[in-house]
Amino acid sequence: MRKFISMAVALTAGLVLAAGAPVAHAAEKLKIGFIYVGPVGDFGWSYQHDQGRKAVEKEFGDKVETTFVENVQEGPDAERVIEQLVRAGNTLIFTTSFGFMEPTLKVAKRHPKVMFEHATGYKREKNVATYNAKFHEGRYILGQIAAKVSKTGTVGYIASVPIPEVIAGIDSFMLGAQSVNPNLKIKIVWVNGWFDPAKEADAAKALIDQGADVIAQHTDSPAAMQAAEARGVKAFGQSSNMITFGPKAQLTSIVDNWAPYYIERVKLALDGKWTSTDTWGGLKDGEVQMAPYTNMPDDVKKMAEDTEEAIKSGKLHPFKGPIYKQDGTLVVKEGEVLADKDILSLNWYVKGIDDKVPGQ
Amino acid sequence: MRFRLERQEAVSGIGVLVAPLLALAATLLVGAIMFVVLGLAPLPAFYIYFIEPLTDPWTIQELVVKACPLLLIAIGLSFCYRANRWNIGAEGQYVAGAVLGSWVAIATQGTEAGPWVLPAMLVFAAIGGALWGLIPAFLRVRFGASEILTSLMLVYVAQLGLDYLVRGPWRDPGGFNFPRSVSFDPVATVPLLFEDGRLHAGIVIAGVAVLVAAFVLGRTLVGFSIELGGSAPRAAAFAGFDEKRVTYGVFMVSGALAGLAGIIEVAGPIGNLQPAISPGYGFTAIIAAMLGRLNPFVIVPASLVLALTYIGGEAAQITLRMPFDVTRVFQGTMLISILAADVLVRYRLRRVEGAAHA
Repeated sequence: MRKFISMAVALTAGLVLAAGAPVAHAAEKLKIGFIYVGPVGDFGWSYQHDQGRKAVEKEFGDKVETTFVENVQEGPDAERVIEQLVRAGNTLIFTTSFGFMEPTLKVAKRHPKVMFEHATGYKREKNVATYNAKFHEGRYILGQIAAKVSKTGTVGYIASVPIPEVIAGIDSFMLGAQSVNPNLKIKIVWVNGWFDPAKEADAAKALIDQGADVIAQHTDSPAAMQAAEARGVKAFGQSSNMITFGPKAQLTSIVDNWAPYYIERVKLALDGKWTSTDTWGGLKDGEVQMAPYTNMPDDVKKMAEDTEEAIKSGKLHPFKGPIYKQDGTLVVKEGEVLADKDILSLNWYVKGIDDKVPGQ
Repeated sequence: MRFRLERQEAVSGIGVLVAPLLALAATLLVGAIMFVVLGLAPLPAFYIYFIEPLTDPWTIQELVVKACPLLLIAIGLSFCYRANRWNIGAEGQYVAGAVLGSWVAIATQGTEAGPWVLPAMLVFAAIGGALWGLIPAFLRVRFGASEILTSLMLVYVAQLGLDYLVRGPWRDPGGFNFPRSVSFDPVATVPLLFEDGRLHAGIVIAGVAVLVAAFVLGRTLVGFSIELGGSAPRAAAFAGFDEKRVTYGVFMVSGALAGLAGIIEVAGPIGNLQPAISPGYGFTAIIAAMLGRLNPFVIVPASLVLALTYIGGEAAQITLRMPFDVTRVFQGTMLISILAADVLVRYRLRRVEGAAHA
């Protein structure tokens, strides 16, 4: 068997060399690897990370070489893929989903000279930085718009996986909505996944059937937007500007803009100044952007723009007190705001949400 | 004009040898066309896909790590399929085993529990998988329900149960509410075989499973009763073999091995319980079992070949920036070619003239 393998290797190597050597590594380039949980064509989470990667290529041209692996499940395979990226010579590696946390740390331990950047995690090492975006800031604006636009007074919310980021998003949405209409009702469907267009579309249809006339989502595909467009109701996009999927339906969309962060980190790595940090940018930093406000009356648009400005300038904090939990207990007093670390580990609903956090 | 597939009475020895080579040639041809259309040079692409992973001790280890769960599950499935019992739900049995085994790890976490923890986890996982497998067996024996449907549906039940546990009662208290259990203690972790790499002791268990399964299926009365029950149920009944017992038995073995695969993966490469613990091993193992002709020894290379297509696909994505879907299409092409070649060797296509009988 061994002999056979070495023969095959030799034979193939000969063929390959004859056909022109395939993989010669140019010296001195910074090789950057990305690992995505979904397909780059999801028009959501992974798509936006890949836009960031492209921005890096555009910014630094010949100085960098990027590569990526898409559709990597957050299971036993992730560690191997990350290790493979290291072995392919990448020295800066972005692992762009929460579930890649442990695998990233394990590989990072074995390769102390390689720099790792893990999105949305909370464990850092000397060579593992973390980064995330304050998407809940955008969701506050969505809530306000929804409360204004909804005629039935019921909003549908397609939620992905009950981790703090998603629950904080629902709370922030609801707090925004309540600042406009305290009686707004929200119906939540958990699809237990990040990318499942069929399920997301079904959820949207079910919510519309139950009287929701505005659909918000925290999942990665434009399926819900398409369903809303087909049924003539309004919807919010997620991660990317989904206006092409809902020209009449999209009110706005929270756009994840990773480009500024990626460019900054690559620059530091090129200059040899990269260190492990924890970054949590929001609207102010351009990491969270709002797609153009469309399909809504001018006064609603004006309100949305004002809120966006207020959050950017720091005048408005989505989690400002008083905030009550579902059972009526006061969690944030008047004049105070919820601390970042509490938002990052949030697992309760605010008062007025008629649902239960799954698994609790 | 119609065609019919007829089983060949005598399968030619040359055919058996030539078939895989023909399949490989067809795969390479289709692959070459696909790569050229995409603007990739075919030879380097093939090299990176099939050969490069075999040139590096690390990737060879990874190949075995990836093949380990496939092998364990496929061996179990070969019991079921030989008996004509179509267990499609190995994925669920894998999860059920992983859950029950992890219970031991989570319950003893942070205590002084000694080296008995891992063996206990393995035993509990086997029991968990077997019990989960016995449900479709019971439904079939008692109510005549199709085991294909029930075993498949139970996959989702198991997955959602796991989901509930890691989000609720078994969530790591220090984990910011993220859906994962605590990391397992060293005594609850499958030991590595070498310092460098991820090759773990689970592969030894898989190896033992191959030998035992080959012996039981090939050399014992139990194996004969499974085989006979599958190919000639009436003959088996006349011979006095109890069909119900065979059904329970094969599902139990199949479930137990899938459960073992689950806990080995969780306590090995993963290290904690979390919502995603399998990239579809239970389903891919069905292909491994079929490719391996339900023969434990042949399932070994079949599992390794399947593992190679995954790892080669990842390498092709990294080095050639080949899209994920292309790597999967290529993988599918290979499997279809192998299965088609297999059919054409064992059967022959014959034209049927005249009135077709329904």
